[in-house]
Amino acid sequence: MKNFIGAIAIILLWNACKFNGDHKTLPILGKKQAVTKTVDGKTTTDTVYQTIPAFKYINQYGDSITDKRLDGNIYVADFFFTTCPSICPVMHRNMLNVYNAFKDTTGFKIISYSIDPQHDSVPVLKKYADKLGIAGNTWWLLQGTKNETYQLAKNYLVSVQEKNPAGEYIHDGYFILIDKQKRIRGTYEGTDPKEVNRLIDDIKTLKAEPGETKVQ
Amino acid sequence: MKLRAASAIGFILLSLVTVIFVSCQSDAEVEFQRYYSNGGAIYQARCQNCHGAHGEGLQALIPPLNDTTYIKTNKPALACYIKNGMKGKIVILSRHFEGEMPASDLAPVELASVLSYISNSFGNKLGIVKSEQVEENLKGCK
Ligand code: HEC
Repeated sequence: MKNFIGAIAIILLWNACKFNGDHKTLPILGKKQAVTKTVDGKTTTDTVYQTIPAFKYINQYGDSITDKRLDGNIYVADFFFTTCPSICPVMHRNMLNVYNAFKDTTGFKIISYSIDPQHDSVPVLKKYADKLGIAGNTWWLLQGTKNETYQLAKNYLVSVQEKNPAGEYIHDGYFILIDKQKRIRGTYEGTDPKEVNRLIDDIKTLKAEPGETKVQ
Repeated sequence: MKLRAASAIGFILLSLVTVIFVSCQSDAEVEFQRYYSNGGAIYQARCQNCHGAHGEGLQALIPPLNDTTYIKTNKPALACYIKNGMKGKIVILSRHFEGEMPASDLAPVELASVLSYISNSFGNKLGIVKSEQVEENLKGCK
């Protein structure tokens, strides 16, 4: 009997270890489409994944930031506003851990889209960044137009809505991990430190992914 | 066998002593525990997002609650700050803050509970803050 339990324990342990092996790959999230192409008489079917579309914003330094500036980068995105009384402080307390883990890594960025661009002007975003203790070009806080941001949020699988009667914005606290091909590779509850640790692990996994080179 | 009986008696005696000790916990202690644990729940739901699980605050955006001198010297004003919100420059542990805390709709007894909690957590040890005292302090709000 003892041997039997021991054997089971070993099998369980071995399986558990397999998951943590070097070959873990992150899923690709969002919509998928099968695209059939005929090249030189040969028909092939490829899966095309949802990607983040083009966008144009201004960061806390007043620089124009488009999706092009993120080409070749792995990045984490979230949606917030500087006067947010509810979940944003805890999201950014947790995002600071991500920032501190990767701020010296090239090819990695964090972008926080403001969902209240009327209030969150460039100087307001800069002041917020200073108070948060972030500098350099690893973490951008972005101001754009409300419409664009609300549309864009959907592409990140995040839901944001207009102010409710109490004057609060209802929005998700998700952190979204995007790969170099602008595909969604993970979503994490930004208010939960455990989820954010999982994000930090997943960024390491994604950085090591062999396929993480720009195709096309 | 004798040993068993002895240890059983010992156990019963010990239990008795414990029961007596617990029931002798003074009314004041019980009252404090009630305020403190209710306050902890309110803190978690209404304050922790901003001020942090350990009262550590958030960088230069949100001040910490672990400056025992600040909490002590400003104790009578805290109920007003938490009820009506707070804005403007403050200095905590020689760090400057200029933020805005939104007003809350907490009732006096809830304010008393959350104040009892923060005044006895994060290194603070200032004893109970009662509902009547909060009502008194609220009269003096600017
Ligand atoms: C939206 C974020 C936010 C929430 C929620 C919040 N606070 Fe504050 N709190 C602040 C900010 C910002 C200040 C500093 C305001 C200033 O600079 O004048 C502050 C100041 C304070 C102060 C005085 C300064 C200090 O650090 O001791 C106390 C005490 C306090 N808050 C307690 C609470 C309690 C208790 C709650 C929950 C009932 C709460 N706060 C909820 C943001 C918040």
